[in-house]
Amino acid sequence: MLKISTAPHINSPQDTRSIMRDVIIALMPALAAALLFFGLSALVVVLTAVAGCVAFEYLVCRYILKIPPTTGDLSAVVTGLLLAYNLPSNMPVWMVLVGCFVAVVIAKTAFGGLGKNVFNPALVGRVFLFISFPVQMTSWPKPDFLNFLNADVETGATTLGILKHIDAESSATKLAGGLSDLPDYGQMFIGYTGGCIGEVSALALLLGFAWLLWRRIIGWHIPFYYLATVFIFTSVMWLHSGNIQVEPVTQLLSGGLLLGAIFMATDYVTTPMTRKGQIVFAVGCGILTVIIRRWSVYPEGVSFAILIMNAFVPIIDYFTVPRVFGTGRK
Amino acid sequence: MSNKKTFTMGGIHPDKHKITAEKPIEDAGLPEIVYIPVKQHIGSPAKILVAKGDKVRVGTLLADADGIVSADVHSSVSGEVLKVEEIEGEFGYLEQMITIKVEGDEWEASIDRSPDIIREINASPEEIIAKIREAGIVGMGGAGYPTPVKTTIPAGKKVDCLIVNGIECEPYLTADDRLMVEKAEQIIIGAKILNKALGIQNAVIAVDENKPAAIEALRNITRSYVGVNVQVMKTKYPQGAEKQLIEAVTGREVPSGKLPADVGCIVQNVGTVNAVYEAVQKNKPLFERVVTVSGDAAETPSNFLVRIGTPASFLINKVHGSPDKIGKIIFGGPMMGTSAVNINAPITKLSSGILLFKDDISFKPEETVCIRCGKCVEACPVGLMPFAIAAQVRDGDYHEMKKLHVLDCIECGSCAYICPARIPLLDYCKLGKYELKKSK
Repeated sequence: MLKISTAPHINSPQDTRSIMRDVIIALMPALAAALLFFGLSALVVVLTAVAGCVAFEYLVCRYILKIPPTTGDLSAVVTGLLLAYNLPSNMPVWMVLVGCFVAVVIAKTAFGGLGKNVFNPALVGRVFLFISFPVQMTSWPKPDFLNFLNADVETGATTLGILKHIDAESSATKLAGGLSDLPDYGQMFIGYTGGCIGEVSALALLLGFAWLLWRRIIGWHIPFYYLATVFIFTSVMWLHSGNIQVEPVTQLLSGGLLLGAIFMATDYVTTPMTRKGQIVFAVGCGILTVIIRRWSVYPEGVSFAILIMNAFVPIIDYFTVPRVFGTGRK
Repeated sequence: MSNKKTFTMGGIHPDKHKITAEKPIEDAGLPEIVYIPVKQHIGSPAKILVAKGDKVRVGTLLADADGIVSADVHSSVSGEVLKVEEIEGEFGYLEQMITIKVEGDEWEASIDRSPDIIREINASPEEIIAKIREAGIVGMGGAGYPTPVKTTIPAGKKVDCLIVNGIECEPYLTADDRLMVEKAEQIIIGAKILNKALGIQNAVIAVDENKPAAIEALRNITRSYVGVNVQVMKTKYPQGAEKQLIEAVTGREVPSGKLPADVGCIVQNVGTVNAVYEAVQKNKPLFERVVTVSGDAAETPSNFLVRIGTPASFLINKVHGSPDKIGKIIFGGPMMGTSAVNINAPITKLSSGILLFKDDISFKPEETVCIRCGKCVEACPVGLMPFAIAAQVRDGDYHEMKKLHVLDCIECGSCAYICPARIPLLDYCKLGKYELKKSK
């Protein structure tokens, strides 16, 4: 019996599941860096978040929506990883699970599941935790190389936290203290600095970026334009004022910028569909990130910047329709 | 002209699977029975001139073009007309066909069967177009547009470039590739003939860089022909699509809803150009063509010279495709071809390939939700937003669909190929076009 079907009769080897698998692989170097610097407690948070996100999605599909579980597409695993990467390694397990609930149930499935959510689920989860538990969310264990069991680890501020603090003080104390706490570029690049689990190592994140590019999961546009915007914006301010708080290289390497630019501002679902739109989105994220870092009460602005730009995606999509062939060149 | 060109917007890179690229064109031989459809082209079906019991020879006119946009149909075999009636075609629909029982292989005396290549072009432009018409030539790349119509430039339009389409961007297919390797000079003379008919000096044979043998064969001969050049193209699908090819070669964009002649170009497939050579120089009507028979269920895939009307099953036996292993038979390429229900459906002037796929890969993957990855937008060579068209078609919002330029869709299938959620985007686009045309 012959089968009949419509053209095309072949498909690209890439499907939703394989894309998610590649994103997971791309996130592994950052997990390795987290293990080296923050020990097993980081692994506990990551595993909790992944298990929590997958479990919530499964339960919602099974018992509330009564549809076949969609967990097989692995998108919940990605959400779990990204949520964990945005949390400090000493986060209590129950709080991580609250974050999973908000991310998967409220930000994702309540909007209609994968493909329908307006906001990046992991970031919604993170921001919910950030607002609900500000103390736990802003005390980061200091990195301690190969201290897996986290014996006697102190907590401290992130690079951006230190900078925010310096800025608030007079210039006299700025010279006396503060500055000495700042990690150097090498430490920031490797990830030997305080911060959330997955954001500290620029090297690991760039390795992940290389994987995503090589596997053609994402284009270079969003990360490039996002980072370039931050770099140019802070350079202009730095050259103008000499204020160390906006020193551009530190701005690029610190906080969640690389994690956000490579992995969250490139989330298919919550970003524009066209190249042009993606560039507008990335530039918007960059401008908002710098504004929040420089002028808000928060030291870090990547999560808020991306979430705010997520809300603009429908408008961006509306205004960045590609030119149709044969309708006149611009 | 050594720089490689390609079209600007979109495009994809499916696996090539050109497993028959090295296989010389082999004469498929004669089947016992042929079924010759009277409509193998765009336009009105040809008027049937024969009846049951008539004796015909190879090249005998069976049906006469009905109007300007139509094409003559000739017998591809000698023998006796068994019946003239509607028979199940490749999709299972009834089509008017002339069934001929093959007896011997007697050709019409007017056909020059010598192997000599005739280089001198003696026919006048009017005679060339008349010969093309009498030979029943249509666009053999798949469109099936009658060639004489395309070779007559509409009043008020100026054409300055003939593009010979040797792209063959569909995976698996190598019929055009082999034709270029083995009939390079005939194709170049064919291009000169068309140039004469069109009253222009330049012809460009565009070939994808993945066909080095064809490029070499053509280049060896173009040296001694003024005005015919080979342009090597950077491989990308769907480069063989007419408007994309024109843009790639000349940089000119055919405006939406217009024809190639509006930007001064005419595009002809290499198979068509070879048929033009044979018609004008050898008096040979179009009754045979090269067909690639391939796919993973074909044990000995190859390229065949096939008489029009030969049942697909005859060719399937030739490549030892065992019927129990075959899940799907595709007429044409895997991107734009159609899957057949009738294993005895005939080869037509437009059949570039017969592909046999095994049972396990014949299923269409299950459709999942759109993850808004934007890959369809990136892949579309026309700059459409297939995901948005699909959403509008689902909603039945045809007004919105028109704004999305669905009628500009060239149905190349790049969107559906690339979609990681396996949404049949091409089906939605086709449905949208159909509904929009119907509602007019």
